[in-house]
Amino acid sequence: MIEFDHVHKRFGEHVVIDDLSLRVEDGEFFVLVGPSGSGKSTLLRTVNRLVHIDAGSVRIDGTDVATQDVETLRRGIGYAIQSVGLFPHRTVGENIATVPRLLGWSRADIDARVQELLVLLKLDEPGIADRYPDTLSGGQQQRVGVARALAARPRIVLMDEPFGALDPVTRESLQASLKSIQRDTATTILFVTHDMDEAFGLGHRVALMLDGTVAQVGTPLELIRHPVNERVREFVGGSRARLRELAVRRVRDSMRQGEVADGDAVEGGASLQDALGAMLTQGRDRLPVHEGGQPAGAILLADLVASRG
Amino acid sequence: MNPRSLPVLVLACIGLIAAIAVPFLYVTPNRLLSGEPHSPHVVALALSWVLLAGLGVLDVRGSRVVVALLAWAVIVGLPLVASMDARALLLTAAASARVPLGAGFWLMWLSASLLLLDRLREVRTSGRIVAWVGLLVALVAMGMGGAFESLALVREFHAQRAPFVDALITHLTLAATTLVLALVIGAPLGWWAWRARRTDGAVVGVLAFLQTVPSLALFALLIGPFAWLARAWPALGALGFGGTGAAPAVFALVLYALLPVVRYTIAGLGAVPPDAREAARGLGMSRLQLLSRVQLPLGWPVLLAGLRIVAVQTIGLAAVATLIGAGGLGRFVFLGIGQGANDMVMLGTLAIIALALAVDLLFQAMLAFTERRP
Repeated sequence: MIEFDHVHKRFGEHVVIDDLSLRVEDGEFFVLVGPSGSGKSTLLRTVNRLVHIDAGSVRIDGTDVATQDVETLRRGIGYAIQSVGLFPHRTVGENIATVPRLLGWSRADIDARVQELLVLLKLDEPGIADRYPDTLSGGQQQRVGVARALAARPRIVLMDEPFGALDPVTRESLQASLKSIQRDTATTILFVTHDMDEAFGLGHRVALMLDGTVAQVGTPLELIRHPVNERVREFVGGSRARLRELAVRRVRDSMRQGEVADGDAVEGGASLQDALGAMLTQGRDRLPVHEGGQPAGAILLADLVASRG
Repeated sequence: MNPRSLPVLVLACIGLIAAIAVPFLYVTPNRLLSGEPHSPHVVALALSWVLLAGLGVLDVRGSRVVVALLAWAVIVGLPLVASMDARALLLTAAASARVPLGAGFWLMWLSASLLLLDRLREVRTSGRIVAWVGLLVALVAMGMGGAFESLALVREFHAQRAPFVDALITHLTLAATTLVLALVIGAPLGWWAWRARRTDGAVVGVLAFLQTVPSLALFALLIGPFAWLARAWPALGALGFGGTGAAPAVFALVLYALLPVVRYTIAGLGAVPPDAREAARGLGMSRLQLLSRVQLPLGWPVLLAGLRIVAVQTIGLAAVATLIGAGGLGRFVFLGIGQGANDMVMLGTLAIIALALAVDLLFQAMLAFTERRP
């Protein structure tokens, strides 16, 4: 659990974080989203004390981070950044092993953990652990960056626009990897992005930050359906908010159970956006829905348009 | 014509002119008087330079290797030829007679060396090191074997053997002490200047100003304060600390060495990608771990390149240190000038050049080794 309690931060005359309070629960995938200059990166960096706050407190499980030894604190928190920051003179394996080494793990434990992470992050080209970062693609480098952040099994991971510099296909694949890893390990992830689609796609809860304060915090659906003011509505996407809603909601929550339809089936776990895409591709307004390969129902175009469930 | 063959052509022409028009050797009645010029191999030497020029213009793949090999052979062969000539000339001369090398020899030797340098530019570092080390080993081996005994330079060396070895050791000690002190003081200073950002201009500015003070003047200026220090603290004086000698010499040499060390330390720290530094801090490295695991390995090649410059510069500057009683190879240069003994000047000068080249090679080898990935 991470608590921000009346946090203030200014750089010179410029107020970056203005009396901000927020609580991130254990095992939560929490996204800070907002335009550049909104203070989201600064807020993230107050957790591992790369930024020192002027007033208020940041607590992890009730302990103020300011009272802890700074190196011990940081070694207990995973950290991944947009520019990756791999060490160019260290191999992929050595880069991933950075924090376990600092913590003094045994050689065998480190090797086993590196192998495990290479598989987990789909870095399974043979011999990749012994290669140098500059021989990897941008996507592979960021996979190594994420693996390095997760290496010592931290309970909290901070990620600062880790996928911002990647092409859309690579980004989606990394988002999917990260989402499943988070689900399986119940790691608390605090994730910064300026991309609203990425925020809604990844976050259990999302905090929209504007001018150093939290404009609204809630689940993606809450932000889309009940924006607290015009500015939030504007950032959530105005009329395009409904498109984002389709991306957030699952087919199985809107389908008509037991009904049948012709055409290629969509999976129950797919998003309504995927279903709409399939309808457009196939030129149909109703499609069968399968759960685990078995027919389970049907979804209609009218369900997408009307859906408020 | 290929522009790359131009250096070969120019250097071969210089060699040709030297072979034809400039004396190869002299015969002098003794080590101080001047003597008669002798140029015994004008035709053969002139033809080799024409051959080199021709090969340079031809400039096909094989010819470049041949030019390099020929140049290498000339560098090794010229002293041998000169030495044999000298032996023949001394047979008929008085016992005190000497055969010093003439300007023709030095010009041709220089041209051949520059030619080799030019041809080796396109070669890998390891190949370059092999070529130069091979050259050094060949010349030293022949010298030890007595191949050059008849040359005035070698006779001068034999006459000065004990003081020469002393001076060589003193020179190396001065240079090594300077290098270590400059690194110990300069690297932290560079690190501090780099961290404080705003001060690096001031630090570099002061050191750059020091660099502009002529070495002779700086050595002279230090005599007063150091003599005062030795008088004020007799314990220091007892340790050999005084207005003249090694202490003020090393002090001045370190002052000159600091600018490059500080500059290259700052450049080395700047060579570390900022995102790698940010990640290292964020992952919980202490300042010392950041330095030893990230900044030093990534910045070291740059710092080493700086130390290479400092080492060569210091070996050259240390020659002047002899004037304030610090000893070293400069002693032969200044004593020789005073006595009008050209061979003595040459002995000191050549030794300093050879030392500088050897140290340069050593640093190149270290650089090549560090840049190679494990």
